[in-house]
Amino acid sequence: MADRLRGLIPLIAAALVGAAVLLPLAAVIWRAGGLSPLDGRSWDAVWFTLWQAALSAALSVGLAVPVARALARRRFRGRAALVALLGAPFILPVIVAILGLLAVFGQKGWLSDGLALFGLPAVKIYGLHGVLLAHVFFNLPLATRLLLQGWQDIPAERFRLAATLGFRPWTMFRLIEWPMLRRIAPGAAMVIFVICLSSFAVALTLGGGPKATTVELAIYQAFRFDFDIGKAAQLAVVQLVLAGAAALVAMRLTLPEAGFGGLDRIVPRWDGSRLLDGFWIALVALFLLLPLAAIGLRGAGALASLPTSVWQAAQYSVCVSLGAVLVTLTLALPLALSRRRWVELVGLLGIASSPLVLGTGLYLMINPFIAPWDVALPVTAAVNAVMALPFALRILRPAAAQIEAEHGRLADSLDLHGLARLRWLVLPRLRRPLGFAAGLTGALAMGDLGVITLFADPDTATLPLQMYRLMGAYRMDQAAGAALLLLLLSFGLFWIFDRGGRARADT
Amino acid sequence: MLTLEGLQIIQDDFRLCADWKVAKGTRVAIIGPSGGGKSTLLAAICGFTPATGRVLWDGAGLDALAPGKRPIAMLFQDQNLFPHLTAAQNVGLALSQKRLTTDQQMRVAQALARVGLEGFEGRKPAQLSGGQQSRVALARLLLQDRPLWLLDEPFAALGPGLRSEMLALVHQIALEMGATVLMVTHDPEDARKFAQMIVVVDQGVAQAPRDVDEVFANPDQALQDYLGR
Repeated sequence: MADRLRGLIPLIAAALVGAAVLLPLAAVIWRAGGLSPLDGRSWDAVWFTLWQAALSAALSVGLAVPVARALARRRFRGRAALVALLGAPFILPVIVAILGLLAVFGQKGWLSDGLALFGLPAVKIYGLHGVLLAHVFFNLPLATRLLLQGWQDIPAERFRLAATLGFRPWTMFRLIEWPMLRRIAPGAAMVIFVICLSSFAVALTLGGGPKATTVELAIYQAFRFDFDIGKAAQLAVVQLVLAGAAALVAMRLTLPEAGFGGLDRIVPRWDGSRLLDGFWIALVALFLLLPLAAIGLRGAGALASLPTSVWQAAQYSVCVSLGAVLVTLTLALPLALSRRRWVELVGLLGIASSPLVLGTGLYLMINPFIAPWDVALPVTAAVNAVMALPFALRILRPAAAQIEAEHGRLADSLDLHGLARLRWLVLPRLRRPLGFAAGLTGALAMGDLGVITLFADPDTATLPLQMYRLMGAYRMDQAAGAALLLLLLSFGLFWIFDRGGRARADT
Repeated sequence: MLTLEGLQIIQDDFRLCADWKVAKGTRVAIIGPSGGGKSTLLAAICGFTPATGRVLWDGAGLDALAPGKRPIAMLFQDQNLFPHLTAAQNVGLALSQKRLTTDQQMRVAQALARVGLEGFEGRKPAQLSGGQQSRVALARLLLQDRPLWLLDEPFAALGPGLRSEMLALVHQIALEMGATVLMVTHDPEDARKFAQMIVVVDQGVAQAPRDVDEVFANPDQALQDYLGR
């Protein structure tokens, strides 16, 4: 009896996730009345979405090649910090990064100031290149980490052999590095392509206009400006088809393992120019650090004089974030512990659906019964929980499998089952990955600027939305203060959870 | 009495059969070439590996029972302790899966003292030497109070001196508790010192147990091949 009950728990969790994703999708498809022909502006959005995603993927992976190679073969002071910094954009709120990028590359930014000294015109950041800049900022580090993993997986003996055979750089590249890149780079590019397909906050702030609108942004515009729910639903179906197709292609490619650690091994090599490698390393470090520094410099002064609305929004955001962590871990734990294969499909549901599509569906479902803005915060927490679930599963499932492989027999022979097994074996050994998953979820939910834009009324806002509103009102100092606060909260939350998982987690 | 009734284990192209009895309180060494299925035999008796035929203890079939419900305590080649739990917690799991009562804590301390680890309650496995870790596992075996012990080369990682020390301790405690012991080993000398009976596993058959002295006095072909004589 108890055994059967335990078997049911992962099923219930899966059913909940399935309902949370599939019901809104059904609502969207039902409202859209199937696939009806798109108007010209919607087609523009489709093309722009595909085009910017393809360019973002190509640029990110292309630039990551020299950077990852430099990191793979150079030992220098601060290398570990730089590799850690490469992980930071993942939990950096998009809107914070955008404000930082504006401060560096914007019309009144540092770069324009510098150009003005030479009598050159200011840079224009809005439009396709602004979107690309932001996407590369977020995805170059991801691509670098994936490729760095690939480089480190090349056995050191091959480089030693190459050195004894006196390979020239080109031979080295052709015979040793190119085969690895051909295996890993397409998968990395595909991952980035899929991520950029659902780009909303970047397009919202740096894109816009008929020439730079993604489908996700078009959904928002149909919602907020045209009050045309039917069109929003139609666009949501389009987004669903795009993301679904891309996810199917991605599944066919060998996807590199998104390593979250273990990038500290340096393979000794005897080739390459120190100068060139140094150039790439410095470039990527500056590219990542300058926008963050700009937020710190501009935000620090404004932090003390932030309006109450910002503090209020920060409180809401902390609640949303903690709510998302609670929901994600509650769902992820039984799913991660289940040894069934279909659990991976549950994770895929979260990847294939986008926040704005889910948001549209939930709006359609909720609207007939209660005012959507009354549930803006719970809905935001729930959607973020679903979005974070694939990451949590990716972290927890291998860890849970390893615990079973190493200690399962001992636990069986001691008749440790159910809650006792959870208490004595699983939870203590899963602490670190649980803390890490909680930290990621918390930071992602804290910084999310997506579904909340559909549901919020003028009086409620999460911190990212409040920040966006301040930017829209050109109160840039206050926006920078809010950005710094958001940055501190996101990283702080991640740090607390991650630390909590590590503390006393000795073996 | 442990009875293996037409026990057969088939995995891909590996097969092993056993059909014999062991009287209560007997210490049996299981020897044979590596890959022959010594560990698999123990895993099948304990219920980790599926097998056809029957395993009985005192005439009662064990086949329907999960490993933890069988009257069996097992020591593996490694991972015999949970690394995140203290020695006392590891040993305590033999008594209760809840918080230990004062009385139970006393018994844990006594068991640790019995294996020579007085005052080691709070240590975690990483703070113990290999030999000490084996002793903690042995203390747990002591409190588990199961009549049948299956030892799958638990001391293989220890040096020869430490190993025979541990074997002597197991020998002693098993005698006190009246436990029936099946121990896999690849060292004939260990087998001779520890066991009363020998099971040779070779060519897909776990032969019926025979008296140690007799086996070593007149080794059959399988044993000769193994011993390299």
